Amino acid sequence: MTNAAIQSRPTRRRYSRFDPRVMWPLAAITLAFLAEVILPGHEKLRNPDYTEFRWLLGILAGLFAALAWASVYLRGLRETLARRGLFIGVLITLLGFVNIATAKLLLLPQIYFPSVSRVLHVYREEYRLLFVDCLGGSFVLLCQGVGTGALAGLLMGVLVGWSERWHFWVNPLVRVLGPIPTSTWIPLALVAFSTPRAAAVFVIAFGVWFQITVLTASGIQNVKKSYYEVSSTLGASGIQNLFHIAIPDALPSIFLGLFNATCSSFAALVVAEMLGVKSGVGWYINWQKEMLSYPGVYAGLIVIAGFCYVFITVQFKLRDRLLRWQKGVIKW
Amino acid sequence: MVSAAIGGTLAPAARTGAVEARDVSKRFIQPDGGEVTALSSLNLTILPGEFVSLIGPSGCGKSTFLRLVAGLISVTAGTLALDGAPINSTGADRGLVFQDPTLFPWLSVRGNVAYGLKIRGVYKEKRGEIQRYIDLVGLTGFEKSYPHQLSGGMAQRASLARALVNEPKVLLLDEPLGALDAFTRMSMQDEILRVWRERGTTMIMVTHDVDEAIYMSDRVFVMTPRPAKIERVIAVEIGRDDNLGRSRDDPDFLRLRAEILRILQFAGKKRQPEYFL
Repeated sequence: MTNAAIQSRPTRRRYSRFDPRVMWPLAAITLAFLAEVILPGHEKLRNPDYTEFRWLLGILAGLFAALAWASVYLRGLRETLARRGLFIGVLITLLGFVNIATAKLLLLPQIYFPSVSRVLHVYREEYRLLFVDCLGGSFVLLCQGVGTGALAGLLMGVLVGWSERWHFWVNPLVRVLGPIPTSTWIPLALVAFSTPRAAAVFVIAFGVWFQITVLTASGIQNVKKSYYEVSSTLGASGIQNLFHIAIPDALPSIFLGLFNATCSSFAALVVAEMLGVKSGVGWYINWQKEMLSYPGVYAGLIVIAGFCYVFITVQFKLRDRLLRWQKGVIKW
Repeated sequence: MVSAAIGGTLAPAARTGAVEARDVSKRFIQPDGGEVTALSSLNLTILPGEFVSLIGPSGCGKSTFLRLVAGLISVTAGTLALDGAPINSTGADRGLVFQDPTLFPWLSVRGNVAYGLKIRGVYKEKRGEIQRYIDLVGLTGFEKSYPHQLSGGMAQRASLARALVNEPKVLLLDEPLGALDAFTRMSMQDEILRVWRERGTTMIMVTHDVDEAIYMSDRVFVMTPRPAKIERVIAVEIGRDDNLGRSRDDPDFLRLRAEILRILQFAGKKRQPEYFL
């Protein structure tokens, strides 16, 4: 490397405080906004007076303008925003096209494909029902189901993985019962549990239990024998080997189980919310569908997508903390 | 012969760490029901603070002997005792270092070294020892590294420190340097000797390397397979230099080397070219 090359790097970094790429989202927002304002709405459009899409674009514009301004001063933000800018911009542009296709040109039957404003309008109308009652209800139900299932799965996985006797008696049972699809249990669950809520928790917990049991047991069975040998020669007893060797070493596998289980628990959640539990986002979506109120369906779908994303992300943060000794077991 | 070997070492007079085997036999039952005799009627006495090597081709029962002393397996017949007490299970008084460092990947270097103290519930009193042993094996500054970030030599040092922090009476080394390159290997030999002098721990090392055995040991037990037995015990009566090792070009060194190789080559009933060196 030449002298000039060495010197040019810090210089460039010092003066390039503004990265033009952070402006991609703003450019896209402007385009979408212009299209929304200039193009006239289709004459047969339902609720042509809804302006929620403009409001959304306005809020996004304010947000990205603030971020672009802050990125001049914050290097981390600048690099992230510059890297992601184009992606966000394209996403907003797509949203703009959806708006044109639905509200301006009415290319699709609007009963099933409502305009963006009508979807957003649902949030304004029913934010309490959707966010407090349904989202809160789903969250509590999911936590109860995943929590119960994970605890039971962890316990049984450790026992099956660690003890020959448990393996002999319980493992065949796990292998027979486990793969049964969650929804198949509904008739039984409704009879076996006194309340529909308990049945709903059971249906979610069951799928989680199976996946975590299997992966915990396999994680523990795959611990290298030499770890136990070294641990023993350092003075560990059998039970210390379980807690200090087997479980930490099986942790990546346990988290893989938890990840799989969580993903499938979202499906189970929607099924479970049908069991007479008259709340939850899954129930809301079905209810709206039956009412042929598709804006509500889309609003619910967006909420459930965001909810699942946050749920998984929190879990991944926890995993990365616990498994910082091995980076990137599962990419997300 | 034995006393002469001990007199030649620089190790401080250790009072504990004597290993005695009397007619020790070990047979393994194969999955097909057959039996394999790994050791038969082995007799040996290792003195406190002594550095001995077990050398010989694969299948001569060296590792089996180490695992017996460690308590990972038990004898089929005979008695095996540490300082007069029979060995029947694993214990913190006998440390073990494998050829593979076998560090616990979920613990940092410091966590690995601290493991024995935590397991034995003496972490609070002895936590100061952790840094001392990390320094002793030359890993200062790598306390927070995780095993996957270490080179082979560094990992093996950490594994050595982990075994040493328990202050075992006997340290069992199962080809500890077998997987290292020649340069790392030589410097690790000196480091193990340094630790040995500082701690006065009895060292029992399995190796395939004749030079290493002569360089480091007070006595070399030359073993042969089928039947697995100690063919000869050779006292290394060459003075140790400043690094505690032997001068590799000393005429006695070369003579001993030739002698051991001769025993290994001719003692085996079925000679295999891979052991000719």
